[in-house]
Amino acid sequence: MSDTHAQTVAFVRETEIPEAAPPYAATGPVKWMRENLFATPANALLTVVAAYAIYLILAPTLPWILNGVWTANSLAECREILQGATGACFAVLTERWPQLLFGFKYPSELYWRPSLAFVLLFVAVAPVLFFDLPRKLLIFTGLFPFIAYYLIWGGTIFVPILALVGCLGGYAVYQRFVTGSFAAGFFGGIAAALLIWYIGGLLIPDGASENAMLTPVPSRDLGGFMLNMMLGVTCVSLSIPIGIALALGRQSSMPLIKVVCVVFIEFIRGVPLITLLFVASVMLAYFFPPDSTVDLFLRVVIMITMFSAAYIAEVIRGGLAALPKGQYEAADSLGLDYPQAMRLIILPQALKISIPGIVNVAVGLFKDTVLVSVISMFDLLGMIRGPILASTEWNGVYWELLGFASLLFFVVCYGISQYSQWLERRLATDHR
Amino acid sequence: MTTLTDPPRESFRLSMLINDTRYRSLTFQAIALLVLIIAFAYLTNNLLTNLAAAGLNIAYDFLGSPAGYDINQTLVEYDSQSTHARAALVGILNTLLVAFLACITATVFGVIAGVLRLSNNWLVSKLMAFYVEIFRNIPVLIWIIIIFTIMTAVLPGPREFRGDNPTSTMLLDLFAFTNRGIYIPAPVWGPGSMVVVATFIASVIGVIAYRRYATNLLYATGRLLPMGWPSLAIFFVPTILMFYIMGRPIGLDVPELRGFNFQGGIKVGGPLIALWFALSVYTGAFIAENVRAGIQAVSKGQTEAASALGLRPGRVMNLVVLPQALRVIIPPLISQYLNITKNSSLAIAVGYADITATLGGITLNQTGRAIECVLLLMLFYLTISLSISAIMNVYNNSVKLKER
Repeated sequence: MSDTHAQTVAFVRETEIPEAAPPYAATGPVKWMRENLFATPANALLTVVAAYAIYLILAPTLPWILNGVWTANSLAECREILQGATGACFAVLTERWPQLLFGFKYPSELYWRPSLAFVLLFVAVAPVLFFDLPRKLLIFTGLFPFIAYYLIWGGTIFVPILALVGCLGGYAVYQRFVTGSFAAGFFGGIAAALLIWYIGGLLIPDGASENAMLTPVPSRDLGGFMLNMMLGVTCVSLSIPIGIALALGRQSSMPLIKVVCVVFIEFIRGVPLITLLFVASVMLAYFFPPDSTVDLFLRVVIMITMFSAAYIAEVIRGGLAALPKGQYEAADSLGLDYPQAMRLIILPQALKISIPGIVNVAVGLFKDTVLVSVISMFDLLGMIRGPILASTEWNGVYWELLGFASLLFFVVCYGISQYSQWLERRLATDHR
Repeated sequence: MTTLTDPPRESFRLSMLINDTRYRSLTFQAIALLVLIIAFAYLTNNLLTNLAAAGLNIAYDFLGSPAGYDINQTLVEYDSQSTHARAALVGILNTLLVAFLACITATVFGVIAGVLRLSNNWLVSKLMAFYVEIFRNIPVLIWIIIIFTIMTAVLPGPREFRGDNPTSTMLLDLFAFTNRGIYIPAPVWGPGSMVVVATFIASVIGVIAYRRYATNLLYATGRLLPMGWPSLAIFFVPTILMFYIMGRPIGLDVPELRGFNFQGGIKVGGPLIALWFALSVYTGAFIAENVRAGIQAVSKGQTEAASALGLRPGRVMNLVVLPQALRVIIPPLISQYLNITKNSSLAIAVGYADITATLGGITLNQTGRAIECVLLLMLFYLTISLSISAIMNVYNNSVKLKER
């Protein structure tokens, strides 16, 4: 009877059922779409509207870009090739490429010089941006301004070498005296540098730049995107130390220093950059000694540096204000004097807090360098609006040129802001 | 018996000016003052020498002489015989006009984009992120020129509206988009129109009064009066009634094509549109980031706590999240308004007659009074900036967290 009992249970599963795949609608792209695109009816409507907007943008531009003509000598030739079809005339970029990058007066056989300086810029900037690189590379960063000056302007090699020797001499004096007192080191260094420059200036023979190894190029021949890069890099790097000094001055307990700094900062921040550029182009020349000739490039650099220094000062002031008071008191109680406390305790922390703000200012400033086209300097935008669009061959090629300029600025500025976000994560040593 | 004596008072010695921190700051300030005076004297001396060499002087009487140039878009009466000062006034008003318009539209764009960027909808939030990034990373001058180019090169000319089978038509028969500008209908104020306007203003006041009354009643007795439809009714009904009672005194002057151009209506010039729109979308991208940051700054616990108290989502937003978010949003928002005002000086690139283009452009070039013009220009912008900062400080103090 026992075997009949075995028949009462028809089937005993001895192995586990293999896991069934989840329902089609609960996995993969369908689930993702249901959650992210069609969660509610209103959401679905938004998706449809957004998709339609994207279609409206892409429908005319995509064929225009894909159908672009890259080799032609004029707009008429482009139209001939296109035969009435929609298509961009990117040939203007290939044909006027050197002009867009270097301006229309920079001697074409010398293009290698700014290009080399541009490549070296990355080598020089890399150790500043990425701390993991060997610190020895910073020596090259220090040398870069002199190399770049020599490459771009050419002329006699004595000028950059003299400038370099002056800086080195000043630095040596500073190092010698800074252990005693910061003020002695600082002012001694400046005095030494000025002395070396003055004596050296007398030693450089007249007409040294005529038979120099690199042909001299005057500043007014600079142009194109090179000009934007030069203005951006020079002014940002010059304005950071000035901005730090202004920020410290604004925090100072000495009323005179404080008032001067506040007035300077608020004045510069209260007027648009374009009026400062007007100052550079029509007014600043009156303030230099009568027989001196300060070229427009230098005047613009002075004004833009003042402009960005004021903004950077405000950013750094925010950083200084964000530091807990205990840091200042701790520095005092260690017996550090003001310069020591600033250099060793306050500024390293305050600057770290201010990095995102400084990068924002730098991006804004780099974008603002196109304003020099308004005072008839031929930067990238000035080249496009002036010589290129006015030429008979390319009259009417707006979108390709403006699109190219936008793309260049977008790549640079977006890159910088992404770097700043990376750096912020990297430096976030607290609140882990 | 002990006597406490004061420590011997150190007499002042000259070396204390350097070694004693009490006096050192005086030394530094004296040196700074000296350097400052020398620098100013040097610059002024250079300026005077240069001016004398060029045979110039600094005088502002040129402002009273006839300007001799025309301005295409003016808010006040102006012709080429008006003075330079009048031209500057036209410029100031034009600057304020475009800045005001751009502030409003930039806020609208910015708030919409900032809120949508936080949307759960992947496509919408990515689209808004794209908008923000692309406008923040490209110079505003390029945007102004791009939009101005669209205005002049893409929009049809007036002649394309002509004929029996025109290639372009007016929008709703009211608006004409041409490459010479946009033509919109102008209101015509007939007799009795002032009564309608007065009724409208009275009903706006009525709406505010009703809402205040309802709120007070709610707080005092707990009775909830309906808010929505009575407000709408008070807002619309009396004005519309009065409009018909007075025999429809307000009409529209619709632009129409006569000859080679549109006549009638209000012409909004291409440069104004380009500048307005470019400043709006550019600054809107920045405002969107401010709005997003402000909303994200309100911690989630606040929303949850409000929900736990039983508030509906709309009330959570109105009573809990927005008041806190606005505290974070408004200061950067006002500095964006300041940026709009300053960026409106780029009008000179598209030929919109703002203060930079009239006083700093044509007047400067015609009279050669560079220093005077640039100084006046800076003074104007400085006044605007400092007044906006003053307003901002007042606001910041009023919304500051009141702690014990």
